[in-house]
Amino acid sequence: MAQKQYETVIGLEVHVELATKTKIFCSCSTEFGGEPNTHTCPVCTGMPGSLPVLNKQVVEYAMAVGLATNCEITQYNRFDRKNYFYPDNPQNYQISQLYLPICRNGYVEIETEDGKKKIGIHEIHMEEDAGKLVHDPWEDCSFVDFNRSGVPLIEIVSEPDMRSAEEVIAYLEKLRMTIQYLGASDCKLQEGSMRADVNLSVREVGASEFGTRTEMKNLNSFKAIARAIEGERERQIELIEEGQPVIQETRRWDDNKEYSYAMRSKEDAQDYRYFPEPDLAPVIISQKWIDIVQAKQPEFREAKMTRYQEEFGLPEYDTEIITSYKHLADLFEAAEAICHKPKEVSNWIMGETMRLAKEYELEPEKISFSPEHLAKIIEMVDAGEINRKVAKNVFQKVFTENVDPEEYVEKNGLKSVSDEGALRGVIEEIVAKNPQSVEDYRAGKKKAMGFLVGQTMKAMQGKADPAIVNQILKEILEG
Amino acid sequence: MDLMSLTAVELGKKIKAGEISVKEAVKAAYKRIDALEPEINAFVTLDKENALKRAEEVQKLIDDGTLDGPLAGVPVAIKDNMCTKGLLTTCSSKILDNFVPPYTSEAVLNLEKAGAIILGKTNMDEFAMGSTTETSYYGETKNPWNTNHVPGGSSGGSAAAVAAHECPYALGSDTGGSIRQPSSYCGVVGMKPTYGTVSRYGLIAYGSSLDQIGPIAKDVIDCAAILEAIASYDKKDSTSMDRRIYAPPEPEKEGSQENQKPRGYDFMSALVDDVKGMKIGIPRDYFGDGLDPEVKEAVLNAAKVLEEKGAIVEEFDLSLVEYAIPAYYVIASAEASSNLARFDGVKYGYRTEEFTDLHNMYKKSRSEGFGPEVKRRIMLGSFVLSSGYYDAYYLKALRTKALIKKAFDTAFQEYDVLLGPAAPTTAPKLGDSLSDPIKMYLGDIYTVSVNLAGLPGISLPCGRDKKGLPIGLQLIGDCFEEKKIIRAAYAFEQTRTYECCDFAKKEVF
Repeated sequence: MAQKQYETVIGLEVHVELATKTKIFCSCSTEFGGEPNTHTCPVCTGMPGSLPVLNKQVVEYAMAVGLATNCEITQYNRFDRKNYFYPDNPQNYQISQLYLPICRNGYVEIETEDGKKKIGIHEIHMEEDAGKLVHDPWEDCSFVDFNRSGVPLIEIVSEPDMRSAEEVIAYLEKLRMTIQYLGASDCKLQEGSMRADVNLSVREVGASEFGTRTEMKNLNSFKAIARAIEGERERQIELIEEGQPVIQETRRWDDNKEYSYAMRSKEDAQDYRYFPEPDLAPVIISQKWIDIVQAKQPEFREAKMTRYQEEFGLPEYDTEIITSYKHLADLFEAAEAICHKPKEVSNWIMGETMRLAKEYELEPEKISFSPEHLAKIIEMVDAGEINRKVAKNVFQKVFTENVDPEEYVEKNGLKSVSDEGALRGVIEEIVAKNPQSVEDYRAGKKKAMGFLVGQTMKAMQGKADPAIVNQILKEILEG
Repeated sequence: MDLMSLTAVELGKKIKAGEISVKEAVKAAYKRIDALEPEINAFVTLDKENALKRAEEVQKLIDDGTLDGPLAGVPVAIKDNMCTKGLLTTCSSKILDNFVPPYTSEAVLNLEKAGAIILGKTNMDEFAMGSTTETSYYGETKNPWNTNHVPGGSSGGSAAAVAAHECPYALGSDTGGSIRQPSSYCGVVGMKPTYGTVSRYGLIAYGSSLDQIGPIAKDVIDCAAILEAIASYDKKDSTSMDRRIYAPPEPEKEGSQENQKPRGYDFMSALVDDVKGMKIGIPRDYFGDGLDPEVKEAVLNAAKVLEEKGAIVEEFDLSLVEYAIPAYYVIASAEASSNLARFDGVKYGYRTEEFTDLHNMYKKSRSEGFGPEVKRRIMLGSFVLSSGYYDAYYLKALRTKALIKKAFDTAFQEYDVLLGPAAPTTAPKLGDSLSDPIKMYLGDIYTVSVNLAGLPGISLPCGRDKKGLPIGLQLIGDCFEEKKIIRAAYAFEQTRTYECCDFAKKEVF
């Protein structure tokens, strides 16, 4: 029997926490952490009589994301109340946007195996985050921490345009990068500043109707998303093959068990009784305001990649890596502006910087050394003041402690010895101590040279200028 | 003479002149409260100790000239739905039986800045839902004119306290008539300002798009003075309006010369006994079936008085009046169902003693904490917002609201002020209204449309019925045109002598 071919149809709902200093409807800090209920006030704890006041920066970030994703901006905006009871939701309604979301009908372009593909964005709306419940197993009770309550979110709802986990990851990466470039959020899945719910259905290839979809929640990493998509695809295909219906429901992914279980079905889906928020006036966005936000849009990744190739002659491979995080691109541009050695800077970022970030398990945005220090290292190497090996050690210090490389080299006496007289003495001594190597070299085993260079560097504690060491050794051995 | 028989402005003058101290005024109020409360029950909470302490502080500020406004040192009663820091704020509900707010509402802060001393918190219909003050968890308030009758509601405690001379003035809130109707029933003057004039920050919301705080006092002068003190543009309330921008321009100079209030906030400057040429419209629709003939006669008499003083009085058809009540109950209940969701036993207020899980806790806390009228409106509001009914009820009500506003806009192209009754009858007997809620709702017919349109309205006494119960005259103005209704009300008030009930005349020892 011929196997049926199935196509996976995926749409995403992505929540992004915006990087405003204060909450969406009050002036409490959005800072992460903090003792429970210390970043709170009557507004974000739902005290009777308190009223929300919209943070304008939230509107501006939402507009910026919308413009960057080719959306139409809704000029007459309103907020709506979404009513549901849960203890992390102090008013028992969430202020969100249902009827008039701020952005609509956009798209982003992703790279797929078959080339570029447009993923439609249905809408982007603004809303507030909820608090956090902390369960105390000993006391058998729960505590509520409202520090996150009222932190601004945007929800980006895609069209069901994705067909594989790879496309989903590419789409998420694209969103993450765009939003990071805007500075609108740090977009961290693990910390929850970016959260994705996956709506997935399967259908036979060629079918015109969509299948019944499920919504998957609790996906905390790209890997979990990929596994959940695979798992859900298989689960649905199995049901279809067995002749059983796929039920429209919300499911929770357990990444440890690599299995999802049903949370609630459509039948017991809540009626949120949405209605326009009477405590907030409509938000009118003028064309002028849109133009101002548009004018402030930064140079995005594609533009940077192209420019780096044209302006600095960098290979495409380099530009892909150093623009993968805005912070890296910023580092690159700042260091390049000082030392004017783009390829060197690029190499340091792609090589040592990424290596150390991995070693210290540091996310690229968290890299905190100053570009001046990287530029200085490059200049010092170029001037022969330090050799590459020393430079790598110095860079590690710059990377971890942001030390001033010049001071550090000075203080630790790491400057290359390029004084020929001093070096010649040391080298002559080494040559005298290693007659066998000298003989080997003269017998044509050129590799022996390397051993002698190594011995010299060792004797010099790595501080010798290797070019000069080579030159002197050659003279002695061949002379 | 009892100090509490004075108006707030009169008392303020005596305090300013040093004839009496702030403490004496406060003590005089408590003396009457202590004597009359067993029969009136206008207060839920008294704050004697703090009030006396604050009296001393305010006295110093008056003495050193820091405070010199008309209300400096004058005691006040606050409706129990306005948050007062450190002072119990219950909304007359069991569910907030233990709620002590961590902050003070903006309107009360403004009064404190003007030197007011808060005596306590007044009784009300639970969460302002009701027209009689009988839905209070703390027992009904009685009408001081006749304790077998209700004082009206929901600001019944505030109106009764002023009528019984327990306090010189009080704050109320008005969502569908909750200031004007009890003022009418209790023979005092109550005013609902244009929506957005007084900050709602700290007012425990019933129907957010309709709620406004306003004064309840013995006369129109007091109302204007109190409104000057409480009105402010507040950035903490996104629906607050800057009246300096929105108030209509006025070419002529009038009233008090030394008024320092900015344009749009200078209500006392409208206290002018002159209505010559003022165009007053009488909506015929307000005088149809259901209006008590005695009320009708008194109100039409008032119109005649104003006409005699030079106003041009005309009847006209306002239209849509019969749709105001259903639209109001749909919108107010919808907003209330959401506004009251926060009372869940989790963060503050009443929590049921025994429960099996979270949902059981919610259900029991709310079932035990809310009274029947509140439950009725939460259910009604949840119903009209639920999917499948939203368009048919809520959206239709919003459209009706817009049409009602339009009808008023048309009327105000023609008239400066609209005149009618505040309520179809005088105060009903205790117990009569709650047995028939629909009838109670219909009693709001002349007041709710003013809230739906966001307009200012004032109710002031214009006579009494055969039973001796006060009748209220309502004057309605266009948005931000408070000064026109203050002027008309003041001019009318000048033709009458102040009447007070026997309770108010009662000497206490």
